[in-house]
Amino acid sequence: MSRLLKLNIFRYNPEDEQSAPHMQEFVLEETDSMTLFIALNRIREEQDPSLQFDFCCRAGICGSCGMVINGRPGLACHTKTRDLPGEITLLPLPIFKLVGDLSVDTGTWFREMYTKTESWIHTNKAFDPTALEERMDNKDAVAIYELERCVECGCCISACGTARLREDFMGAAALNRVARFLIDPRDQRTDRDYYEIIGNDMGIFGCMGLLACEDVCPKHLPLQNQLGFLRRKMGITSIKRLFSK
Amino acid sequence: MQTIYTDFLVVGAGLAGERAAVETAEAGFSAICLSLVPARRSHSSAAQGGMQASLGNSVMGEGDGPDVHFADTVKGSDWGCDQEVARLFADTAPIEMRRLAHWGVPWNRVVPGKSIYYKGGKQFEKVEAEEKEGLIMARSFGGTAKWRTCYTSDGTGHAVMCTMDNRCAEKGVEVHDKTEAIALLQDGETCFGVVARCLRTGELRVYLSKATMIAAGGFGRIYPNTTNAVICDGGAHTMCVATGLVPMGNMEAVQFHPTGIVPTDILVTEGCRGDGGTLLDVDEKRFMNIYEPEKAELASRDVVSRWMTHHMREGHGVKSPYGEHLWLDIRHLGKEHITGKLREVYEICTSFLGVDPIHQLIPVRPTQHYSMGGVRTNKDGAAYGLKGLFAAGEAACWDMHGFNRLGGNSLAETVVAGGIIGRKIAEYLEGSEAEFKTGLINDEVKKQRSRIDALIEGRDGSENVYKVRSAMQDALHKGANIFRTQEGLEKCVADLQEVLIRAKKIGLRSNGKGVNPELAAALKLEGQVKLALMVAYGALMRTESRGSHNREDYPARNDRDWLTRTLAYWKKPEDTLPTLEYEPASTVVEIPPGDRGYGHAKIISADDKKE
Repeated sequence: MSRLLKLNIFRYNPEDEQSAPHMQEFVLEETDSMTLFIALNRIREEQDPSLQFDFCCRAGICGSCGMVINGRPGLACHTKTRDLPGEITLLPLPIFKLVGDLSVDTGTWFREMYTKTESWIHTNKAFDPTALEERMDNKDAVAIYELERCVECGCCISACGTARLREDFMGAAALNRVARFLIDPRDQRTDRDYYEIIGNDMGIFGCMGLLACEDVCPKHLPLQNQLGFLRRKMGITSIKRLFSK
Repeated sequence: MQTIYTDFLVVGAGLAGERAAVETAEAGFSAICLSLVPARRSHSSAAQGGMQASLGNSVMGEGDGPDVHFADTVKGSDWGCDQEVARLFADTAPIEMRRLAHWGVPWNRVVPGKSIYYKGGKQFEKVEAEEKEGLIMARSFGGTAKWRTCYTSDGTGHAVMCTMDNRCAEKGVEVHDKTEAIALLQDGETCFGVVARCLRTGELRVYLSKATMIAAGGFGRIYPNTTNAVICDGGAHTMCVATGLVPMGNMEAVQFHPTGIVPTDILVTEGCRGDGGTLLDVDEKRFMNIYEPEKAELASRDVVSRWMTHHMREGHGVKSPYGEHLWLDIRHLGKEHITGKLREVYEICTSFLGVDPIHQLIPVRPTQHYSMGGVRTNKDGAAYGLKGLFAAGEAACWDMHGFNRLGGNSLAETVVAGGIIGRKIAEYLEGSEAEFKTGLINDEVKKQRSRIDALIEGRDGSENVYKVRSAMQDALHKGANIFRTQEGLEKCVADLQEVLIRAKKIGLRSNGKGVNPELAAALKLEGQVKLALMVAYGALMRTESRGSHNREDYPARNDRDWLTRTLAYWKKPEDTLPTLEYEPASTVVEIPPGDRGYGHAKIISADDKKE
């Protein structure tokens, strides 16, 4: 006989006047290779069709299913129930606006982040469809891809002490995004341009170094290394600015 | 109720939709993409392999060019494609890959000198040329004559999606995420936008546009086992079907991939078999070498899927709580190989299954993978039946895939088609005047509100949406799968017709307030069953085997009678079957139908006289 899992799930539907935030208990029989993706869908289809949660690729690639699983932000799709105790508590990610139950609005947050960091290649070169592609060192290409692996699940932001204290903190995902463009030879922005974006308390100087972002990142991105890299780079830029005044 | 106006409206914010939106934005038009999820979560981002384009930079791609790519594509399609479109695609793909590089995609690049690669489990050596250093690299893929697939490590879709979405942000293309289009606005001649449901609040919203595009991906979720993301449910197709005017092309052409993992149907790459992995049955015995002595596990996707299903039917499947499956064995490749060259497979197995593929077998089964069918368009991406309506990507039947798609051609199609069709739409926007009929808009909104109220109140019945959906998926799985027969398809059609009656009697169990997911599922279910009927009925009528469409009772490819594309309409809402019409597969023929060089050999030639 398999285990009977007890899932305590946060419930609240802001669009329903009758609804008040509370925890609801569901009991479910565990099956082989069960993930939280399977468990939550089963609960919705068999027990409560109004339960809100987000999944999309269910393969750890898209980042939709970030939630707080037994106290820790993570992706529900690749969390296997057999790695969890028989009692599982699920809460929506903090910091992002709640849509309902376990579903939060990460889209708006990340869209604002693209705007703040001007998340695109800045170049004055025009594309020539008749020419060969511009050459690039494969090492650079691989290094850029390593940072571009972020799936925008929001776990790093939800686990961040500074982000809890100040709403305008850009967080690890944004700093990682800046680092991605900073190392891209196609982007013509200067260190000074980047300093304008992140050389403040909302950016690199806001981080308290608690390291949770990197601890919870499901893609194992080197988020603290990026912060260190940006701080060094921006520190030098800052000193240069002082002397050039 | 909010009404939003834009020049160009895209239903979907994956690669095809965003690429087209960028094109129109650059021409000075406003563009909005609607998306069920934040933009970078679109299913495009899940593609790992890469994009085919005949750049010929790698030593293994020498001698490649658009002509070779075109020929591979036409053969792959089993001569079911529109050759004019395949030509357009093959010629444009190299330019689009270079454009993506300019926009920021970190393509892997050529590293000169010696390196090792594997083929059929054996090790080979190649030497990349010095003068090609830093140009876009390509990798090998099934069904291609040359190494032609451009890639960024094992996350091509994700990387291209990031760059495309960045480009959208730069060019001012808005993405309205958590928004689901539920009905087209049209007057019987022209489409002028959609009614949408906000997935943050549940409210209805009207979007008015001069041009509207369906770029919402495939509809794999009408099957119970699919590699598709949960958002690939055909919701956008159902809006087109509901008009009665817009036909779906070649719905019976459904591709199955041999190695979806059980239970979640996540794909593990063909590379496992390419590198020497084997398929085993319940007794842990190999079987592909019995059915296909020469190619064994390395036969084409369709062929392997067919034999796997056959073998399970013969009683050699492994029973599990999630249904029967077989095993994929890569243990003999060793730890170094598995955690190196097959890193992604290793991670999928450990993260999603809790299976360590270095020491354990991987449970796999053939799984629905790609929909060659979709909204039928001409070569400019304009949908049949309604002016101002366009489609691109997997959602469309443009039709460069015919009855079978080659690996690496789907992701490339999204961007190439998005670019080509985006330019055509910009021309259309330049020369057209919009007319929005307020009476029709009000009527459509009222109709949608009344549908929602009926579902919430259970006015038409109390059928359970998830149970009816399951019944639809089961019927398709049993009757319109890898193997198809007249008997199976007739039963499937009959079952689906019963499901259709039940789908009209859904009543919600929850209150339907706010973002309610049960309501979202209920709103599209009747349309999904109609799509399923188009698949099954189209397959029943097509008495031949072509590409992925396999009739056991008609094993030959019949060019004499079936060198055609099926057009499926749902003419009246009360109809119980789609209306099928046919058109020639291609009006321009560069390569006359011939042998593909793999798969089944029997062909009834178009030259054979009709009896």
